[in-house]
Amino acid sequence: MPPAAPRAPGRWQTATVTQVKRETPRVKSFRLELPMWMPHLPGQHYDVRLTAPDGYRAQRSYSIASSPLDEGEIELTIDLLDEGEVSSYFHEVVAQGDQVEVRGPFASYFVWRGEEPVLLVGGGSGVVPLMAMLRHRRRACPERQMQLVYSVRTGEDVIYADELAGETTLTYTREPPPGWTGHTGRVDSELIAERARHASLVFVCGSNGFVETATRLAVEAGCDPGSIRTERFGPTG
Amino acid sequence: MGLISRGFGGRRRVPDELADRVPPGQYVEPGFPVLTAGPTPRIDPAAGEWSLSVDGMVTERREWSWEEFGELGFEEVPCDIHCVTKWSKLGTSFRGVSVDVLLQAAEPLGAYAMAYSFGGYTTNLALDDLTGGRAWVVTEHEGEPLPREHGGPARLLVPHLYFWKSAKWLAGLRLMDHDEPGFWEANGYHNRGDPWKEERYWTD
Repeated sequence: MPPAAPRAPGRWQTATVTQVKRETPRVKSFRLELPMWMPHLPGQHYDVRLTAPDGYRAQRSYSIASSPLDEGEIELTIDLLDEGEVSSYFHEVVAQGDQVEVRGPFASYFVWRGEEPVLLVGGGSGVVPLMAMLRHRRRACPERQMQLVYSVRTGEDVIYADELAGETTLTYTREPPPGWTGHTGRVDSELIAERARHASLVFVCGSNGFVETATRLAVEAGCDPGSIRTERFGPTG
Repeated sequence: MGLISRGFGGRRRVPDELADRVPPGQYVEPGFPVLTAGPTPRIDPAAGEWSLSVDGMVTERREWSWEEFGELGFEEVPCDIHCVTKWSKLGTSFRGVSVDVLLQAAEPLGAYAMAYSFGGYTTNLALDDLTGGRAWVVTEHEGEPLPREHGGPARLLVPHLYFWKSAKWLAGLRLMDHDEPGFWEANGYHNRGDPWKEERYWTD
């Protein structure tokens, strides 16, 4: 009997870029069509591999931003990093119709499996895996309780701005948009404590400093450290 | 070779003199990024909150207080480290006690170990990967006390495997007669994690 056809998540496959969307001056989202697509858990990531003509290769991991209900495709949202050779390639070169090698989905800890109430806390592009959770909840089980606290620097740094709704609380750390009457400054106990106390699970994603602050606030509010899941991005690219 | 990425040149190529120190799929990172699955535990050795155990299938269970541990033989460990998230840090150094010293004191009866940490993290290692001068329990990084976010007061250091095996906030090694997956090993990552074989995920 011939062996079963190998499937993701282990295998590299060639994805086709079907759409490129500019989210902010430094962030773009890419929709990829996958020949060996399989459903992911919101919060999982794919690895991306680029190959130069001389064989040089670079790999990076990117969180999936889309719901697993988008059959056959995934969305990756990529922050342009200084010195970043893969993120700069995506920002400067990749266009609709291009092909890139990917494999995934990977990792099964920073994932939402439908728990409620759940609190999501994102800083900057740390919102990306949280958006997969938010989008999936909206489409699969909108009755489940989920809140997002999302920290950005300025009005033009809001990723997925047109999709954020009542479940989302924004805070602007540098420059709020004109007329803003909501929260400003870094995440604080006013934003985190009450929401974290009522959550059975807290997901925090952002820079190391952001994650340290947000998790400390959640623990101080009485959250069991075991119910706080984190993902941090450091200098990478 | 497969797909060539249109217009990709590669901006972060490894210099030739370092090429044999960078495993496949990795890039060189001058910083020291922090990766953790949960909040950073606070353990204060001065308040007696820290001890290190070697237990499970051993002839004699051993436990060292911070003061007792400090009296063991420390050594400098110059090394390169490789994180499964693709960065490698070259030419760094730690200071600590060889795991050989700790195991000799306890006399293991099993061929596998589970490293376990304050905060609940675990990672599994074969004894072969912990012995022979290839693993340490370290308390200093580049001449300074190991920062809390990097696993201080003490972390495991197993530089020949991906860095998730080098458990932060190490509390002990539990010897076992069988292998079983630790935290990341149960959540999609490879059981052994040899960077030179690119053993990242379950299916690698």
